Amino acid sequence: MALSVHATVGERIWYYAFRIIIGLIFTYLLFPLLAIIPLSFNSGEFLHYPIQHLSLRWYRDFFMSGHWGVPIQNSLIVGFSAMVLATVLGTLTAVGINRADFPGKQLLVALLISPMMIPLVITALALYLFYARIGLNDTYIGIILAHAILGVPFVLITVSATLQGFDYNLVRAGASLGASPMRVFFKVVMPNIAPGIVSGALFAFAISLDEVVVVLFIAGPAHRTLPRQMFSGIREYLTPTFLAAATVLIVVAAMLMVTLEMLRKRREKLNRPIENAAAE
Amino acid sequence: MVEQAASGTNLRKKLQRTVRRKKIEAVGLTTPLFCVMLIFYFVPIGLMFYRSIDNSQMREILPATAKAIQQWDGEGLPGEPAYAAMVADMKHAYPNRTLARAGRRLNFDLVGFYSLLLKSGRKVSRLGGPPYKAALIKLDKKWGDPRYWKVLKRGLKNTTLIYLLAALDFRYNDNNRIVGVPDNQAIYRSIIARTIYISLSVTLLCLVIGFPIAYYMATATPRTRNILMILLLLVFWTSLLVRTLSWIVVLQKKGVVNSLLLSSGLVSHPLNLVFNRIGVYIAMTHVLLPFMVLPLYSVMRGIPPHYVRAARSLGATSIVAFIRVYIPQTKAGIGAGSLIVFIQALGYYITPALVGGPKDQMLSYFVAFFVNERVNWSMASALGVMLLVLTGSFYLIFGRRVGITNIKLG
Repeated sequence: MALSVHATVGERIWYYAFRIIIGLIFTYLLFPLLAIIPLSFNSGEFLHYPIQHLSLRWYRDFFMSGHWGVPIQNSLIVGFSAMVLATVLGTLTAVGINRADFPGKQLLVALLISPMMIPLVITALALYLFYARIGLNDTYIGIILAHAILGVPFVLITVSATLQGFDYNLVRAGASLGASPMRVFFKVVMPNIAPGIVSGALFAFAISLDEVVVVLFIAGPAHRTLPRQMFSGIREYLTPTFLAAATVLIVVAAMLMVTLEMLRKRREKLNRPIENAAAE
Repeated sequence: MVEQAASGTNLRKKLQRTVRRKKIEAVGLTTPLFCVMLIFYFVPIGLMFYRSIDNSQMREILPATAKAIQQWDGEGLPGEPAYAAMVADMKHAYPNRTLARAGRRLNFDLVGFYSLLLKSGRKVSRLGGPPYKAALIKLDKKWGDPRYWKVLKRGLKNTTLIYLLAALDFRYNDNNRIVGVPDNQAIYRSIIARTIYISLSVTLLCLVIGFPIAYYMATATPRTRNILMILLLLVFWTSLLVRTLSWIVVLQKKGVVNSLLLSSGLVSHPLNLVFNRIGVYIAMTHVLLPFMVLPLYSVMRGIPPHYVRAARSLGATSIVAFIRVYIPQTKAGIGAGSLIVFIQALGYYITPALVGGPKDQMLSYFVAFFVNERVNWSMASALGVMLLVLTGSFYLIFGRRVGITNIKLG
């Protein structure tokens, strides 16, 4: 895309104009996030510039006051449990789906992926009505199950993607050397598809950490999660503590993203020799 | 020869057995998740559908009337047995407080029924003996109005369509015919239209903004591409609530955008950028943009540069080559990105609820409204059914065409 020496005036103008447009779009993408981070270090109680003094006051409020402690704890409990459940069920299913063709497989996959496409409010309402009958509203287990179901499609997709690059001859090799199927799975398959599993798990955790619609319906006051607390706070009273919370979540997102990118690179590296071999 | 044939069939049998075992294993491994999802996802959604037409609790509240009213042909007023049954049911249901629930349900069909039932329930124990027909009509002359009895007869069936009809601005008239509600009461059709309109606008905005950056990333040097991809993914991974909150802070009256605009002299008064439609568009486009860029980018990365070069060498200007040769090759990405953005937008609740005004709320908001504020689960379910049907039909119509199942994530 470099500008050629023979470019006409029009092409030159377009070359720079296009870069300005791209710059503006990325400003639009990043600007709101970058704008609130400095404000969270403001000592004043206002949510706008200029910054009076730098202070960690709002971070202290976020981490130390009991107001936020319970939601943070709830989010972590729900997030980890939902992640484990989604990852175990999703990985088993992905392995099963990639093992053999069976009647109705396409339909099954479509059904298992559907929580990704069905509006959250539908999931929330359906679970609320169902939980009202069996007494699971206002319980951890209810929220964990809901979040696990929302996270499963992502585990399925990432693990399936790694399994497609997995060389099944390795399984045969393991079996021919006398390992039991379980041993082959844990010693041969697992290490090879681990990057996919970890990616899927992180996806599932991130989904739970960000989910608020379902929690709004099925969680009681004792099970407020961090996003739920933020949602009601934004509606009722916005304080700089919310900006501190937002900044912490941006940092968490950045860490998740970096980890996932590293895993993706590793996955690509793992898959490459096989693809090359197949091409030859 | 014989031996060879025998070992051949043996081998085939063995192979068949292995294939069958693999199939069984595959099914076995998928069963746990499927069972969990069946119980905790598909059954609940089925229940929601059922809930939108379920009317069985009415027969439980007014059992005698439900039986007696079947004998009535629906013309004029029912006979003494129906009145007697109603008195008996009210005597029982009023102290149980279930009569109020029946009243709310019938009021949904005919305004005035709630007060009629509560008033009658309060006084019914003071009524003398039969005949009850005259006594009830004396108590409230509405009992002598055939309209109320028609609504009651309709309201004592096991299922009802009134919620689904109401979700499309229809109702039953006095002759049991389905008619549209008066214009000043019609709201849901315009809400559905608004939901589609906002989603389409956001999709279009995402396409217009997403196309250039996907194109730039697909054609940039690996270094630039990596940096931009990381920035895009950082935004993608940032919590939806955080992004919505950021926009509220940035777009408010004293926010950064307004102070920049004021100090640059472009405007003399701060603009209303949030808690209205503009805010909804700005924030929703921001949230959904990565879903447009990622599929577009992955399609564009696979487009070989030769075709455009060929077009240029044959004398096409760069604009013509871009529009007639390059853009058609990005169709798959445009289709997939637009469908994902559109379908997600249809179901959006949080962002419009936080950055929109009362006139910018979409279907999801009203589902939540009927659950949390009105405690009318049937109406919430009916609106939920509408939203699901809307989403599902768009998905079925366009999903196969754009091959949405091929989209990779992360």
